[in-house]
This record gives sequence, C-alpha cells and structure tokens, in this order.
Amino acid sequence: MINAFPRGTVYGVILNDAVSVHRIGSLEEAPYKGAPQAPVLYLKPANTRCACAATTTVNLPPAAKTVEVAATVGLVIGCAAARLQADQALAHVAGLVLAADLSLPHASYYRPAIREKCFDGSLPLSEVKPLVDIAGLILVTEIDGAVVDRRPLDDLIRPPAQLLADVSEWMTLNAGDVLLVGVRYQAPQAGIGSTVRISAEGLGSLHFTIAEGVAA
Amino acid sequence: MKHGRISYNGAVHQVTEDSGRVRLADGRLLQEGDFQWLPPVEVGTVFALGLNYADHARELAFKAPEVPLVFLKGPNTITGHNAKTRRPADATYMHYECELAVVIGKTGKNVAKADAMDIVAGYTVANDYAIRDYLENYYRPNLRVKNRDACTPLGPWLVDAADLPNPGALKLSTRVNGKTTQEGTTADMIFDIPTLIEYLSSFMTLNPGDVILTGTPEGLADVKPGDVIETEVENICCLVNTIVDDQTWFAPV
Repeated sequence: MINAFPRGTVYGVILNDAVSVHRIGSLEEAPYKGAPQAPVLYLKPANTRCACAATTTVNLPPAAKTVEVAATVGLVIGCAAARLQADQALAHVAGLVLAADLSLPHASYYRPAIREKCFDGSLPLSEVKPLVDIAGLILVTEIDGAVVDRRPLDDLIRPPAQLLADVSEWMTLNAGDVLLVGVRYQAPQAGIGSTVRISAEGLGSLHFTIAEGVAA
Repeated sequence: MKHGRISYNGAVHQVTEDSGRVRLADGRLLQEGDFQWLPPVEVGTVFALGLNYADHARELAFKAPEVPLVFLKGPNTITGHNAKTRRPADATYMHYECELAVVIGKTGKNVAKADAMDIVAGYTVANDYAIRDYLENYYRPNLRVKNRDACTPLGPWLVDAADLPNPGALKLSTRVNGKTTQEGTTADMIFDIPTLIEYLSSFMTLNPGDVILTGTPEGLADVKPGDVIETEVENICCLVNTIVDDQTWFAPV
C-alpha cells in the first residue's frame, strides 16, 4: 500500500484552471501559437521533495530573492494507471496530498523551467490523506500571517478524473506517483525570511520558511 | 569494466561483460536470448538536453541556447536493450536521438567544473525518441513528446568512468536497418559534461543513479514499424531497439 509520504514520481500540470487561463491572456501569438491541446506537464524530481515539519526551511537558489508559492493538491496513485477512462480513473487514486509547489518567478511557459521549479526543497508535501471531492476544497495561502490567496478548486479545466484519463493516454502512472492538479499562473510571491502556511479543510496544513541560498 | 542488469531465471541480476558475453556474479556465462536486458541502472532523476549540438540546433532551425535547455523524464519512459518501442498510429514523424548518457555515482551539490568528473560513475547509451506530431509550445519539448512509455531505451552496458578517460571525444552513430543515418562526435557538444554537472548542481543536488542524456547531433530520420534502430557510442556499447505499430504493441497474447 501507500507510504505516509509518497515515494514515486511527482508530476504537475499548468493552465488547468479558469483564473490562470484568463491571467496569461491570448496564447495565439509566438511563442505559444495556440492554446495547448493536451495537458502540459512538468516533473518535480526527488530532490524537491520536502516532508514538512514545523521548522522546515526552504533555501532558494543563489541570487534568488523571491519565490512563487502555488498551493495545490496531488492525486496519489494507488495502482498502475494507464489508458484510463475518466469514469474509472478515480479508482486508481489512493488519496490526496496538500502541496506547496515553489517556483522562481517565470512568466513564460515556453521552455521547461528546470532551474525555476526543481531546486532542492521546492515541493513541501503533506502526508497522504483520504480522497475527497476536491471541487469542494479551498486552498488558503498565508504569508507572514496574512491571507494572500484563497483558491477554490472548483474551476479546473480538467478535473481529476479527466486529467488522469488524458495524461494516462501516453504515460503510465505507477503506485506512489503523484499528479498535482494544477498551479496558478503567477501565484503569490514570498521573499527571503517569510513564513508560509498553506492549508485546506480536511487536508491539514504546511508551514515553512523561505531562506536565501547557501553559497558553495 | 562493463556492468549490466538483466532479468534471468526469475530474478534481477547485476552482470558484467566477459569477452563479449554476459557473466553472472557467480561466474556463469549466459547466451544472448537466455535472458532479458534491463536498463543498466535503476534511474533516479533523468535529465535530458535539447539542442546541445550546434549542427542539430541548426537542423531544427533554432539558434544554439545560451544556457542548457534541460528537460526531465520519468521512469516510465526508460526501457532496456533489445526492447520494442511503440509508434502510435497517428504519428507522422517519429525520430531517434543517439545520446551519450552520463550516470552519476556520488552525491553532489555546487560541484565546480574542475571537480565534476569525480561524481560520474560511468557512461551508457540512450535513444531519446521524440514524436514531433505531439510538440506544443509549452514547456517544450513537452512530456507527451518525450515521456511516453518505453520511448527512452538505455544500455545495455554501463562503462566505468575510469575506463573512458575522454568522454568528450567519442563518435556517435545511428543505423536504421543497417544503414547509417546519423554520425557525430561528443566533441561537438555545446555544453560539455563538466559544464552540465556544474550547472545542474548549482541549484539541485545530484544523486547516485541520476542520469544526464547529453543531447544528439544532426541526422534525424523518421522511423517506421518494423525498423531496427541501432544507436552506438564508441567504446561504450550499441543499443538496439525495434519500432512496432499499435496492432503489435497491443496484440493479445
């Protein structure tokens, strides 16, 4: 069965909510030349994984001063998922995790954002919680004690079942893998020294502090 | 020494090369056909480089990048030597990419160029297939192009770094059904191995089992079901893969 913290590969998707699609504006011009047809995924590798404790500190890469804090949830895969039909897809989900997907600010989605999204510790994650209907969740982001964002998850372009069906059309997700359901385009930013809290009713909360990069 | 991983007699074995044959740890020698090749390492994070050879960048009508164009791959896409790779029915342009693969052997963070080779365990060969029909201009090359199941053959052998003192001057070649279609040399990489290790480790920790696929030179060609693709890097190994259509891939046993 699933460990308390997921051990597999973590994938995420962009432009999967109405607010982000509105915010990024027209996608017809270069470099995009049209709205995406398939889900646009990214990968958060093992070094980004950060099991959150009260004292967790995330060090930014050298020279970085701020970080985007994108609250999201991840679908934790319970059994191998390939070529799923949407109406069967949720049977492959063992639970949810609350996630803070941290990125150095980047306005363009044209090229893979590896330096921006894959620095050490850039994915604080909760333990696995039972699966609930995420359309009823509101993700709350607080920076230094002030609520900076309340994000209801009821505006997903591909809700979990459809997202799993579309992604598993070309790649198998295995037990323990995680699929994050989407991050806000230009999520709220936190600076060095800020404390961040992400929470959602029923999923608990994540707390961490942003610190500057440690030079070599 | 050359190291491999195979599935034999109901178990996974680490093997070595012995005069062109496969040797189990207890000394038994095996014939090709008696076992199945697995990727030579259980991969951790897999990095791949786009446009890392100037001739290939020109071939795709891009100017060479100023910082490494890196993308990531999941374990689902890695497969072994002599495996089959699916060409979906709706694909019109699917091409191979012969690449030198660098396997990390030690943990490294903020590794200077001068020390970079100290964390390399060894080298193997990758074929980083792409299906260009699925390219979209978002996090390009997007995962639907580059992270398909069994679309990144790796192996068969991992050559110890100590046995390959100059990985920056190796010939790469690809043959499709025996005919050479791609030739190049690792000397033409835009960002060489020490530069890539310094760059990646400047913001993330590299770990044993992480793999860097260092990009491909020019000479792309469409591959069709039934084609046998050999990707070879001099002094490392030759990786063989066969393209199959949907009917063969999904055929009931």
